[in-house]
Amino acid sequence: MARSSQLNAEGRLTHLLTLEGLPPGIITGILDTADPFVSVGEREVKKVPLLRGKAIFNLFFENSTRTRTTFEIAAKRLSADVINLNIGASSTTKGETLLDTIDNLCAMNADMFVVRHSESGAPHLIASHLAATGRSDVHVVNAGDGRHAHPSQGLLDLYTIRHYKRDFRELAVAIVGDVLHSRVARSLIHGLTTLGTPDVRVIAPATLLPASVGALGVRAYHDMRAGLAGCDVVVMLRLQSERMKGALLPSPGEYFKHYGLTAEKLALAKPDAIVMHPGPMNRGVEIDSAVADGERSVILPQVTFGIAVRMAVMSTIAGN
Amino acid sequence: MTTLAIVNARLVDPATGLDRTGALYVREGRIVATGEVQRDFRAETTLDARGMGVAPGLVDLAARLREPGLEHKATLESELQAAIAGGVTSLACPPDTDPPLDEPGLVEMLKHRARMLNQAHVYPVGALTQQLAGEALTEMGELAEAGCVAFSNADFAVEDTQVLMRAMQYAQTFGHRVWLRPQDPWLARGGVAHEGEVATRLGLAPIPVAAETIHLATIFALARATRSRVHIARLSSAAGAAMLRAAKAEGLEVTADVGIHHLHLCDVDIGWFDPQARFVPPLRGTRDRDALRVAVADGTIDAICSDHAPADDDAKMLPFAEADPGATGLELLLPLVLQWAREAKLPLATALSRITCRPADILGVDAGTLRAGAPADLCVFDPEEPWRVTRAALASQGKNTPYAGMEVVGRVRWTIVGGNVVHAAV
Repeated sequence: MARSSQLNAEGRLTHLLTLEGLPPGIITGILDTADPFVSVGEREVKKVPLLRGKAIFNLFFENSTRTRTTFEIAAKRLSADVINLNIGASSTTKGETLLDTIDNLCAMNADMFVVRHSESGAPHLIASHLAATGRSDVHVVNAGDGRHAHPSQGLLDLYTIRHYKRDFRELAVAIVGDVLHSRVARSLIHGLTTLGTPDVRVIAPATLLPASVGALGVRAYHDMRAGLAGCDVVVMLRLQSERMKGALLPSPGEYFKHYGLTAEKLALAKPDAIVMHPGPMNRGVEIDSAVADGERSVILPQVTFGIAVRMAVMSTIAGN
Repeated sequence: MTTLAIVNARLVDPATGLDRTGALYVREGRIVATGEVQRDFRAETTLDARGMGVAPGLVDLAARLREPGLEHKATLESELQAAIAGGVTSLACPPDTDPPLDEPGLVEMLKHRARMLNQAHVYPVGALTQQLAGEALTEMGELAEAGCVAFSNADFAVEDTQVLMRAMQYAQTFGHRVWLRPQDPWLARGGVAHEGEVATRLGLAPIPVAAETIHLATIFALARATRSRVHIARLSSAAGAAMLRAAKAEGLEVTADVGIHHLHLCDVDIGWFDPQARFVPPLRGTRDRDALRVAVADGTIDAICSDHAPADDDAKMLPFAEADPGATGLELLLPLVLQWAREAKLPLATALSRITCRPADILGVDAGTLRAGAPADLCVFDPEEPWRVTRAALASQGKNTPYAGMEVVGRVRWTIVGGNVVHAAV
């Protein structure tokens, strides 16, 4: 448990738990692997046989139709057998622990778990449990754990940026919104800094930034206009509705006024800046529809790339 | 056994400053002489303690025995075995049992069961409020008669400051000391890790240092207003230690302790979500840890406790935030205190005072010294002997420790309670 156990003894990726600490070569390797998979989705027969006969369990302890669906499509395009389990929050009330669930599914000869959990660190716990019980041939993909990490989202964001911008070492990237609760932001920040992005900014009111956020290698801005100035990439984060009114923020209206992305604010970024969002969007809260649907928005290509990147992740770790 | 001699030992009594090689004699459960060899003393049992230290039996201000109600985590039998295996001969148990220790009957039963086992002395700390709910006072008079030595609300803050003030006043009326864990419940709400880089990286809900300092300020203001004696349980931060130092300088009747793990570990030791590093209060930063070490060394913090929290494996095999906080500690207290003393270059007697005479004073019990006439509760230990912390090596039913698999130095050889050898290492 002391170290992140996503790399095996040969240094190859066997689980995907976090982008933090991954060697840049592994990250770019996955992005390269994803390239040909984008065209698989455009073919009439959208399948490759790489994971034929493999049993992949989508294990969602927290509901997420979108992420689960993209993983399901990715696995099916790799010809794997996909089993969806929406466990929700009720599993603990039934008395079965997380690791009991894992043991049971291993007994059904699972080859890979795609795990979404509301607690930070749950996929790490599963991976170390598999290692401790001699099942290192079973793989874990973190599909989002608490506030901690969403590495496949981070990779698809990197893929999208690379697709439109090429060289990470010349970019200024602004991440705007609820960084405090965002696993998407944490994973993207680690990915960008690992690939040498010199200027990563987070823009939010102080209530939505974690303590010591600078330690992640980013600069914090409270003034969105200052933060957007000269950016190549603007990543908007989703603001969950339960956080819009209360002690974190007074109202969605005030939030939109100060931190919502409008065409007028986007004009402060570079003329060719792209706009990203992990979805689902709150139009009129964090992003104006004119921007979301505008010519600089790459939000829908992100979704398309997301499937290819998840195919790359699953085929990479299953092959190691 | 009515007479006992321990010979060739390094006698260390922090209470009197004694630190010399010599012999110690026990008759009828009490120490009769310490120091020079007495050729005419006829001992039924003689222990040759060459190369070993003889200290007063350790006094632990916080050891959860998990009875009543939490026997799946530990039992009185298992944890009192762990106590004597760790050289602990007196311990205070917090009231966070199920039900909590808010009824005299529960306290009497606990005392009775502990007496029947005839191992370490058990001093229950009574609940300050009924059900530890922070609303209504407990019958402190009755609870004290049943055997409670102090009153606390365990790890639950009394949120209502009026209730807290009245609880302190009421306890003061009868001369009881109130033990309080300084943590503001609002700022700490939902938090599981020190607010800092580690919590930010791992996405763990943070507990800021201000949660400790705000509640300390409240406690000190109320102690000043009520002129009551307060014991601060489990300090965690540099800022908290500084406030304690100021409160003592001002003349408030305040004492404090720190958990042994907080002198060695910090938030970085969480690694990748290691549930064994989840503590209440949370492990804080390296500067906090270093400040706590200084505060214990200079006497600002009076005592070190094990903060013993045995947990079953299932309660630790969970995502970090859902795992039981705390670690088994009774058997690690001595080696980890010795390690701190070595690293801080402190005299052995100074280090041992934090787990003998100082906590005995806070408890107000006759323990923690080798003075003639004192109860013969003794810890005979090899300060150089290494041992590996394994499941098998621990008597505690709780095998939960961040030191699992590691080697520690300092091993208890014999533990003596009331003149009887109750533990002998094999």
